[in-house]
Amino acid sequence: MPVYINSIGSVSAQKTFDNSLFLEDVICYNDTVLKIIAPDYKDYIPPAAARRMAKGIKMSTVSAKTAMTEAGIEENEIDAIIVGTGLGCIGDSEKFVRDIIGNKEQFLTPTRFIQSSHNTVAGQIALGMGCKGHNFTYVHSSISFESAVLDAKMQLENGEANHILVGGVDELVDHHVKTHELIGHIKERPVETMSVINSGTKGAVFAEGAHFFTLSSVQRPSCYAELMGIKTYNTLTQNQVPEKVRTFLSEYGLEPNDIDAVIFGYNGDVEFDGYYNGLANGLFKNTAQVYFKHLSGEFDTASGFGFWLASKIIKEQRVPNVVHLNAVPVDGPETMLIYNQYRGENHSLTLLRRC
Amino acid sequence: MSELKQELKEKIIEQLNLEDVAVEEIKDTDPLFGEGLGLDSIDALELIVMLDKDYGIKLDDPKQGKTIFESVETMAGYISKHRSR
Repeated sequence: MPVYINSIGSVSAQKTFDNSLFLEDVICYNDTVLKIIAPDYKDYIPPAAARRMAKGIKMSTVSAKTAMTEAGIEENEIDAIIVGTGLGCIGDSEKFVRDIIGNKEQFLTPTRFIQSSHNTVAGQIALGMGCKGHNFTYVHSSISFESAVLDAKMQLENGEANHILVGGVDELVDHHVKTHELIGHIKERPVETMSVINSGTKGAVFAEGAHFFTLSSVQRPSCYAELMGIKTYNTLTQNQVPEKVRTFLSEYGLEPNDIDAVIFGYNGDVEFDGYYNGLANGLFKNTAQVYFKHLSGEFDTASGFGFWLASKIIKEQRVPNVVHLNAVPVDGPETMLIYNQYRGENHSLTLLRRC
Repeated sequence: MSELKQELKEKIIEQLNLEDVAVEEIKDTDPLFGEGLGLDSIDALELIVMLDKDYGIKLDDPKQGKTIFESVETMAGYISKHRSR
């Protein structure tokens, strides 16, 4: 049974929360961490409900509502809500732990405790929609989003569900940023994000975001693309990647030359971008290449932005110049591959085609 | 007493994230729950913790909260009688 991406929703470091836009007004940063461009939450969430929501929940709610509205699916038609997150609501987790330490394990308030678990986002969205179906959260570092998508795909293919709301979310908080600066995972000095790929330095520009999609076994008028396949790998050497790509594509009767555009998760980390270079200069040397982390920044579920971008490109049948990496032209892309990894681990391959 | 009421209003707004409410909008006798500020059961727990942490008041019987948290005025009255800090 095919799986369709019927709608999308995004809150990111770019103005992506409005689905009628497609990177027309890109924001260029000169920084080491990027915060989201937040919509007016009052347009999406009643103030009484919003006051107790952490940032990750707010941006996920907006993203999920955007996707639900676009799909035109009634809330009671959603069979499952599946979310991927690397860090959950880490902001409230940090505050809760700080309270435990600061107050000598006394005076702990309920709100921060409620929001300090990773599955709060999926739970809050379900509460808001009144969805009593399957509710699951994958916490799997930088393949958390892909794990959620894979679960949804299998449920839809097996006929266990018709419509599933799938998403990925991660929020930035001070302590997390500080620790990752200390261990060199964040770039030491601010960089122009538009040229981060050429920074020649270690680490990445960190960011945050929420990306939600309705995946269905039935194609809706709003449909963006068909999700053909998704696969994850924990550890691969650079030499193993091309063979894994070939094998993955062959499962769908495809060769590298059949891919009209490939999306790479380049984040400008000189230590690990070689994984992408190997494919860019090898299997996909003559293929149109696209990148996105100069716009979205790096976070555990940044691949959600890549998924959003691929969906947009296929539906609109055009690649915006700001994400087009090489000079190979692309005219009416039918089949796209996304390859993402973070620090040489948690690799993912996602295959989409026009429907 | 009026200083304590002012302090309570500020704490309620801050600790319960009532971003759209200003101190001057909360009348001393406004009901905190239901109509009025519209607080709920989670807020009640937050207020119980606040009494303990900031004023040294432990509520042995949670049912007491219904009368204590009726309004800022009733809260201030209870705190001024029972506070240990």
